Amino acid sequence: MNYSPRQLGNLTPTNPNRRQGLLAVFHIDLPLLAGLLLLSGFGLIVLYSASGENLAQVERQAIRIVLALAIMLAIAQVNPTTLRRWSPWLYAVGLVMLIAVLVFGQVGKGAQRWLDLGIVRFQPSEMVKLAVPLMIAWYLAEKRLPPSWQRLSIAAVLIVVPVLLIAKQPDLGTSLLVASAGVFVLFLAGISWRLIGALMVAGAAAAPAAWYLMRDYQRQRVLTFLDPEKDPLGAGYHIIQSKIAIGSGGLYGKGWLNGTQSQLDFLPERHTDFIFAVLAEEFGLTGVLMLLALYLFIIARGLYIATRAQDTFARLLAGSMTLVFFVYLFVNTGMVTGLLPVVGVPLPLVSYGGTSLVTLMAGFGMLMSIHTHRRLLPT
Amino acid sequence: MLLKDTIRENQAFLTRAIVAGLLVMVAVAMLAWRMVQLQVIDHEHFTTLSRENRVKVLPLPPTRGLIYDRKGVLLAQNRPAYSLEITPEQVGDLETTIAELGRVIEIDEEDLERFWLLRKRKRRFDSVPIRVNLSQDETAQFAVHRHRFPGVDIKAQLLRHYPHDVKTTHVLGYVGRVSQRDLEQIDVSNYSGTSHIGKNGVEKTYESALHGVVGLEQVEVNAAGRKVRTLEQSPPEPGVDVHLHLDIGLQEVAMKAFGDNNGAAVAINPKDGAVLAFVSQPGYDPNLFVEGISTKNYKALQENDSRPLYNRALRGQYPPGSTVKPFMGLAGLERNAIQYDSSVYCPGFFRLPGNTHRYRDWKKGGHGSMDIESAIVQSCDVFFYKLAYELGVDRIHDFLAHFGFGSRTGIDLTGESTGLLPSREWKRRARRQPWYPGETLIIGIGQGYFLTTPLQLAAATAAIANNGTFFTPHVVDYLRSRETGEINPIPASPHPIPIGFQQNWEDVRNGMLKVVEGARGTAKRIRSDKYRIAGKTGTAQVFTVAQDAEYDEETLEKKLRDHALFIAYAPIEDPQIAVAVVVENGGHGGSVAAPIARAIMDAYLLPEAPPPEEGS
Repeated sequence: MNYSPRQLGNLTPTNPNRRQGLLAVFHIDLPLLAGLLLLSGFGLIVLYSASGENLAQVERQAIRIVLALAIMLAIAQVNPTTLRRWSPWLYAVGLVMLIAVLVFGQVGKGAQRWLDLGIVRFQPSEMVKLAVPLMIAWYLAEKRLPPSWQRLSIAAVLIVVPVLLIAKQPDLGTSLLVASAGVFVLFLAGISWRLIGALMVAGAAAAPAAWYLMRDYQRQRVLTFLDPEKDPLGAGYHIIQSKIAIGSGGLYGKGWLNGTQSQLDFLPERHTDFIFAVLAEEFGLTGVLMLLALYLFIIARGLYIATRAQDTFARLLAGSMTLVFFVYLFVNTGMVTGLLPVVGVPLPLVSYGGTSLVTLMAGFGMLMSIHTHRRLLPT
Repeated sequence: MLLKDTIRENQAFLTRAIVAGLLVMVAVAMLAWRMVQLQVIDHEHFTTLSRENRVKVLPLPPTRGLIYDRKGVLLAQNRPAYSLEITPEQVGDLETTIAELGRVIEIDEEDLERFWLLRKRKRRFDSVPIRVNLSQDETAQFAVHRHRFPGVDIKAQLLRHYPHDVKTTHVLGYVGRVSQRDLEQIDVSNYSGTSHIGKNGVEKTYESALHGVVGLEQVEVNAAGRKVRTLEQSPPEPGVDVHLHLDIGLQEVAMKAFGDNNGAAVAINPKDGAVLAFVSQPGYDPNLFVEGISTKNYKALQENDSRPLYNRALRGQYPPGSTVKPFMGLAGLERNAIQYDSSVYCPGFFRLPGNTHRYRDWKKGGHGSMDIESAIVQSCDVFFYKLAYELGVDRIHDFLAHFGFGSRTGIDLTGESTGLLPSREWKRRARRQPWYPGETLIIGIGQGYFLTTPLQLAAATAAIANNGTFFTPHVVDYLRSRETGEINPIPASPHPIPIGFQQNWEDVRNGMLKVVEGARGTAKRIRSDKYRIAGKTGTAQVFTVAQDAEYDEETLEKKLRDHALFIAYAPIEDPQIAVAVVVENGGHGGSVAAPIARAIMDAYLLPEAPPPEEGS
């Protein structure tokens, strides 16, 4: 067989000293960092308006971003080999904590999500968002790909257990993200198209069953999604107001700080889950396309890093992390624009709040680590 | 082979990554298309919705017109009042919030009762008052705790107040909160910002003038419905001020003259029908009704034996008794049933031909020989039995109808009673019975089916005083726009009574003059040195005394005693005031009712004189 140099590119030894300077020393991927900074900055500008010009809130979020970036950089220093070694342990700890949260957890907003560790209140499901793709990538990378049926089954169990534990809290949004993180690893690992097709058919068939397993409020959300006008002042209110905000924004928007839907409180949750509507109202289609372009750039860079990764584990991990980032974006914007039912997923790196921010940045830290720690010889 | 495997894996991964990338692109394209759909294609639709969301048209209620008496004394005003209001929509649990509020500000049973009552009638986002008429201290007290009570606010509004409360109730009426029934009768859009409406009296009759025209304001509101800024405004047209003929000083004098007695007094200017005094005793405080009266207070008013809510002057129906005699006499003269010098012998009773039943005179021994003048002066019953018998009920009915008996006077107050002026036709229709001759006799002395209101008596007296013109009585003199100063007078509406022979009227008036001025006049005790009064006393039976029994005022229970009546006008040369007084269970008209009329006339005609002594 002949191998073109392009195909061998991944195997070409890279001299770590080739790229000199601070970026290399601190294992920073500049394009990714630039994308993240631009996105976060844009987010803060929108947040200033969405919070009702509350500078203190913007400052708090800026501090969180800085902290999350620090965590990202810290993780970027960790060698992917180390990450790989930690994977099963992280997964095990995550699972134990998920069980703990169901037993001892604190109830907030009708769901048990928090674990009080004395010093900090901690949401184990966030850690599991990272632990699941790490674990599945670790497990599948042990043997040749594509995985055997047996390994595939075990991987499926490894995904389903934490997903069910999170769904039971209940936290539909997070369990969805965790499930997709695992599934993306399987997809990237090359499971057969036939299997993918079969799973999709099975999923469609299982939908009625899922209906019976859902809680009342979850069913309500689905019903509201299907017909928001049915209850315009109740459950449908969020979606109706959000669509009005977006639609009335038009091509160029009403101008920063001038969105009537957002500034006059018609838009609920406007600085958290519905911040996309604020942006769409004030910056119009132009602003929306700019935002989507930024997201696409980050996703493209992530996928590029994945394809350039040196081993299976790193590839699967990087690919999954990037695609989960996209799932955040799609579920959130889909919900805000009325394409998807209301599921509590924030607009990544833009919505106000620190929990998902830290997890996402940690993921990007892994991407940077994968891209900047290069071995001279293939294993 | 390791390398081969790695390369194959690498190849497979690349394919999957490209597929994933393509899927991402498709999804983002879908999203972008969705945005185009919302922001470009349906942009206009959503712009409209967004505007409807934030722009609300709010009514600007007009300020209600004020009411003044003839001398410019303010009778109904708008006072700034602070109330504590709850918007149920913005409050989690009403009961707990109210309980909490109760610790900051006093809330009693009445307040709670009113709150829950109003709550039922209002929409979720309307504020409902929990406390009204907050004092300054209470306002300050709440302000300190305000942050603890979202959805609870102090509202300033102009509230109707009647400074002369009890003295004006039966004329002015009062305003109260707009009720469901009111809404069916008014232009709802004009009242969209108005909380109160005239419920009776002048407040009701002149409601449209007093109310004014609502203004509109386009405002930008936030999601909670709170106003953020004004976009456009068309100001309201304030209500017009109402000036009455009524003299509050006269009103006061009349009420004082009643003492503890119940009854009514109406004073009218015979020249134009202007109502100068309009008293129904007892009155009540109209201010209680403005913010909705409590059940307890209302019950107390309703169960009061004196029936303060009852407008006696307007709705009270009393037999006119002997006060009808001047009118009867005039009927007899004008219809040629008697002559000026026709003489009748009074033995103390009257018998219909061919009947043994004795119709008794109030004077047991009889008055002896009587003509029209002495019969009026001494109030001889037998003379008028005979006169009535000769006139017949239908002629009596037709003549007295000219003076307004038996029908509403048409005064500018609502709820007036018609009284009852009987006739054969009426009896056939209402009672399905024929008319009996005996019934005609007692009509002649103002008893039997005959009923009049004090207002009717005053208006009829005025028509005698002014020589034959019945004026529709009216309380309001003119309307005056506060903004333009434009004056809109309420014109007098005269209804001339056909006069057969002028001297007949002089004769009757002469008789009435001698009732007061004559030596044997039944009201001679109210004679005045300063001006001359013409009048007629009357006594209306409440309790029918048996054929042979004696009526003894001392032994009868007060509520069974006769009503005392008196009609009068003065001064005789140029009548300026006509008065009718009814004192319920007062006994004889000359001793109880006449002094009240005198007090009113003194106050009106001798404005400089000190207030008259009781019974002078």
